[in-house]
Order: sequence, then structure tokens, then C-alpha cells
Amino acid sequence: MAEPFTTHTGLAVPLDRINVDTDQIIPKQFLKRIERTGFGQFLFYDWRFTGDGSPDTGFVLNEDRYRDATILVAGDNFGCGSSREHAPWALQDYGFRVIIAPSFADIFYNNCFKNGLLPVVLPGDTVRRMLRSAAEQHPYSVSVDLERQVVTEPGGASEPSGAPDSRGASETSDAPEPGGASHPFEVDPFLKHFILEGLDEIGWTLQFEDDIAAYERTQCTG
Amino acid sequence: MPPKTMYEKVWDQHVVREMPDGLTVLYIDAHLIHEVTSPQAFEGLRTAGRKLRRPDLTYATMDHNVPTTDRSLPMTDEIARLQVDMLSRNCEEFGVPLYDLDSPRNGIVHVIGPELGITQPGRTMVCGDSHTSTHGAFGALAFGIGTSEVEHVMATQCLLQKRSRTFEIRVDGLLSEGVTAKDIILNIIRRTGTAGGTGTVIEYAGSTIRGLSMDERMTICNMSIELGARAGLIAPDDTTFEYLAGREFAPEGAAFDRAVAEWRTLATDDGAEFDERLALKADEIVPQVSWGTNPGMVTDVTGVVPDPGGMDSENDRRAAEKALSYMALEPNTSITDIEIDRVFIGSCTNSRLSDLRVAADVIKGRRVSPRVTALVVPGSHAVKRQAEAEGLDRVFQEAGFEWREAGCSMCLGMNPDILQPGERCASTSNRNFEGRQGRNGRTHLVSPPMAAAAAVAGRFVDVRDW
Repeated sequence: MAEPFTTHTGLAVPLDRINVDTDQIIPKQFLKRIERTGFGQFLFYDWRFTGDGSPDTGFVLNEDRYRDATILVAGDNFGCGSSREHAPWALQDYGFRVIIAPSFADIFYNNCFKNGLLPVVLPGDTVRRMLRSAAEQHPYSVSVDLERQVVTEPGGASEPSGAPDSRGASETSDAPEPGGASHPFEVDPFLKHFILEGLDEIGWTLQFEDDIAAYERTQCTG
Repeated sequence: MPPKTMYEKVWDQHVVREMPDGLTVLYIDAHLIHEVTSPQAFEGLRTAGRKLRRPDLTYATMDHNVPTTDRSLPMTDEIARLQVDMLSRNCEEFGVPLYDLDSPRNGIVHVIGPELGITQPGRTMVCGDSHTSTHGAFGALAFGIGTSEVEHVMATQCLLQKRSRTFEIRVDGLLSEGVTAKDIILNIIRRTGTAGGTGTVIEYAGSTIRGLSMDERMTICNMSIELGARAGLIAPDDTTFEYLAGREFAPEGAAFDRAVAEWRTLATDDGAEFDERLALKADEIVPQVSWGTNPGMVTDVTGVVPDPGGMDSENDRRAAEKALSYMALEPNTSITDIEIDRVFIGSCTNSRLSDLRVAADVIKGRRVSPRVTALVVPGSHAVKRQAEAEGLDRVFQEAGFEWREAGCSMCLGMNPDILQPGERCASTSNRNFEGRQGRNGRTHLVSPPMAAAAAVAGRFVDVRDW
């Protein structure tokens, strides 16, 4: 049974990359465990740690100010690649409750919902601004309300910094949003319902056991 | 009745119950499992006191973390051995047939499913592995799922799903000599990008696709996930039926004939609508080589490493810069000037008999370059046996290749077959992600003949000139 998700407010960390694949999220050498737990220590292992196992100080998750981050903001197509559910297990075990990106890979997106980890799709421009705010402001704390389907930035969070930003500033409107900007997001009603309630999906499907048995009889597979 | 796509036909035949919002309890005809993504699902069943509903529709193999060296020796990786032992114990407890390391039917899950005739047109098939899309080559609706869904299928033989959008990719015309199905799919991903198929089920159509063998069709469908699609389908035809006839789990005699008649009705109806379409000309495709760190970062063997500075999109430019830095490549380097250290021929994309045959043809009577270590890992015991019966093992070994036991091997490097940091590999596998084949290893995706030629030359060469 998945952990329910209703609302969450937490520190956001920017992972300013597109196409972050599940091999990066949890490298294959850590897939040999037979439990669902304990994967957080291996999250983004090859990015977090150098070849000799010491933390790579250049990687954003290793910055002190993001130590308590619970919301990951990332680029397009987050979670592409392998179907390994170890990826959401690792993200959640590390402490993340929400991933915000302009788009997600299908299997990863679904896997998140089974584990009480909420993937939120926001428009590319909004995510780009949030990536910048999370990098430049501290603390940059974001609220996510699943019931109302809205993400709220902290007051003044969208103020542009003085320094010019070469990373895509030309593609976005630089007009800051008002403090405490809110962004609505879409989520499939069925996925929303299940994660809000932390429902047992298998138990839900088993209420149709008679239909399943009837189907099997028509297919002669029963 | 309005015309339907093949996807819609297979879907409609498997609806157990549809809710008003489109949420569907979809029946699953075959569930393939392996050692890596199943232990937590079995544990979930045990914890909840649930049964595995249809062990007779569940098929287990060991492939992901198994050694490809001498199988008579014990596994040295204790954690991997525990996972393999756990699968044996779970299969025994829940009554699931298991093709373990000693079974003559053992092999990579997406190689043995078709080989044994478990994969059949019109079936729904799932596996806790994203390359389950492979089975779509037979007109089966097949897709990868996470471990929670593995448990869901174990308990209910169903999944909760909503319909995907549909995407037709047509390839027409004749392929040039030396150009393979791998080059077609790499060229497609190069065009669409790695998210170009997200949310869709692809149907591959057109005269080129029709002309492909089943092995080649599987290579195409296998990599559907690399453009983000849930599944890839190819309409079943005589090529499909000839492949299936006589396979262990295929229907026999009159039942087979009835099945074929049924399978023939699966093809997409004339006039059916797709949400997206893409068309390619086969004669414009040349051998492809990936230069970056995802399967969309691909170019022609006759081309050069792209210059990120010339890319329009900021996102693409930064991704390309990161990729070139990881790959230690300079912009504008000719692909054929890139020297390699390792060659891997194998994986669920390219480890079938026909893959090994074309690779063997390329290297016959030649030697692997002194700078290269080369590995052939057949996709299954059956492929290995047949290849050995044809003498392919000798061709490879005489050329200096290592000839291994079946498994996923260096495609994902869960077993000891990995790249060392900085090593550059020509690989017939499906993913060139950072660290995929080993930390700081550099992967170039190519076809089997391209990999074989690179092994001999020590760098990429255009196999059309071979």
C-alpha cells in the first residue's frame, strides 16, 4: 500500500539537466537488493560520489544548503530509460516527496504514484524559472497541494537576480511573477485518487475478481 | 464499425472492465519475470497473504545479473547469488515455471519469450523490464512495468491502464547492403529524440518493415522505449506465422490454423486514424553510430561528431556539451576516426542467431585489433547451441572474440562484464547512458556488423565498404 500524499512544503533543489535517466538515478550495481528500502544512499551515485567514493563537491545535492531538500526540480523527460522502480524508491528513501519537471518518462511517472512520490508536470518556462530561483535564492521553499492541484512558490521567489543568466534566459520571458506565484498542474483523476488516499491498488482491482474470472472463462484460459 | 488500429483491437479484446473515465482493468495473457525486479513483488504478495493468480501464465528466467563465464562454477557475487536464489525459492513457493541457469530454455527474457512461442500475436504481455516492447514484433501488446505493477499482475493477472495515443512510423523502400534493422531504429530515435514517443504505442509499418525477418523486427520494437513509447507493434504476417510454427508454446495442428486465421484479423484497418505519424525512406538510411549519452544522439558513420555550438535549442546544446565531455569527443571529429577499446555483441536488442551470423560474416578469417577486447554473448542457450552447431563460435574465437554463456551481460553491466573507466565500446545494445556499461565507460550504439567491423579495425568503419 502506497504512502498517501496530500500536501507538502519543502526545500527545492535544482537538477538542471534534461533526460535524467533511471541509470543515473540508481546505477545498476545497486539493483541486487531484494528489499524496497535502503536505496537512498545510492541515489545519483555516480554524480554524488567520485571514483574513490568521496562526495563530489561539484554536484548540487552535495551542497550544504540543499541537504534537507525534499523537492527535486529537473529538466524535460525525467526518469527515462529502464523500468526499475528502484528509481522512485531511491528518490523517496533519500527524502524526496515531489519531483517537478516539464515532462516525465511514462513508466517512471507511473512508478512514482505507487510509492507516494508525486511527479508534477509544470510548463517548461515555469520550471526554468524555478530552477533559477532554487539556485539563486535560499531558502527556496515550495508548497505542493495535490487536492487543489497547485504548486506555490515562496513570496518574492521569482525576482530575477542581477546577474545575467546564459542558461536559457533568452528563451523565457524575464518578467517576474508576483511573490508567492501559484502554478496549477494536471494529474490523472485516478492516479490522484489513489495517491491521495494511499489506496491499495491490488485490493481495488480484486473487487472485480468475478469479472476477471468471467473474462478468463470466455478466453478459455481459466 | 469505424476502422481500428491493431493496438485498439488488441486492447479491446483484453478489457475486463472499463470505468466511465476510461480507466480499464486490462487482462494480461503472459507475465515474464526475472531476478531483479521480482523479489519485492513476491514479498508483497507474502506480506498481504495473496496468491499468485495464474502461475501457468507466468514465466521466469534468470538473465540480468548472471555470470556469462563458466556456469559450473559458483557465482562469486554474493548479493547477485542471493537474488538468483531468491527467484528460485519464490518460483517454487508460488508454482511458477522457472528457466534457471541450468535449463536449456534459459536466456534473456526477451529472447526466450519469442523462442519458446510464449510471444504470440494479439496477446498482452508485460515484464518488469522496459525492453518488453520487443514482443510487439509479433503483434503482441507488450510493455515494461515497475515492480508494484509486477505484484499487481501476479495478484490479479490484470493491470489498471488507460489507452495510449497511437503513433504510426512507416519505413518504405529497400535497405542498402550493410544497413540493418538497428540502423533503422537508431535513425528513428535520432529524428524523434528520446521523448518523441512518450505516451504513445507505436505501430511500425511500410514495405521495409514487411520485408524484415522476425529477429530484425524484434530489434526495431525492442528500442521503442528509447523514444519513450510504451510499446511498439508490427502486424503479424506469414513471416510471423512461419516463425511461430512448431514452437514449444505455440498452438499445434488445427489449433494453429485457427490461431493464424484469428491473427490475420489483427492488422490495422484501412482508414484507421493515428494520433501521430512519421515516414522514412529506407534507402536514405546508412549505418548509424551514437556519439552521445542517450540513444537519440546518433549520426551517420560517414558523418562527424556534432558541434554543440551549432545547435538551435539551449537545452540540446547544453546536453550535447555534457555528453561530449563525458564521451571525451571533440566536435567535428570524423566518426571513422574514433578508436575503440571494447566490443560487445549481445543484449535483447541484438543477440539472436541472425545477429551473430552477420557479425561472424564480417570477421571471418580476420583478427580482432590488438587494441580491442571483444565479447560475444548469445541471447539464450538455444541461440548459443545453434550458433555452435553452425560453427559461429569458432569463427568468433579464431578472430579473438570471447564466446560467452547467455545473459544480459555488458548491456547493463550488473554482472562482472563491465567497461573500465575511460574505455570506449562499440556495443550492439540499446542504451548509451552515462555509466550504463560501467562507471565512466563510453558506449557507442551500433549494429552487429558495424560492431564486428570496428573490432577488427580498432575504430569505426563503414561496413558497407567492408
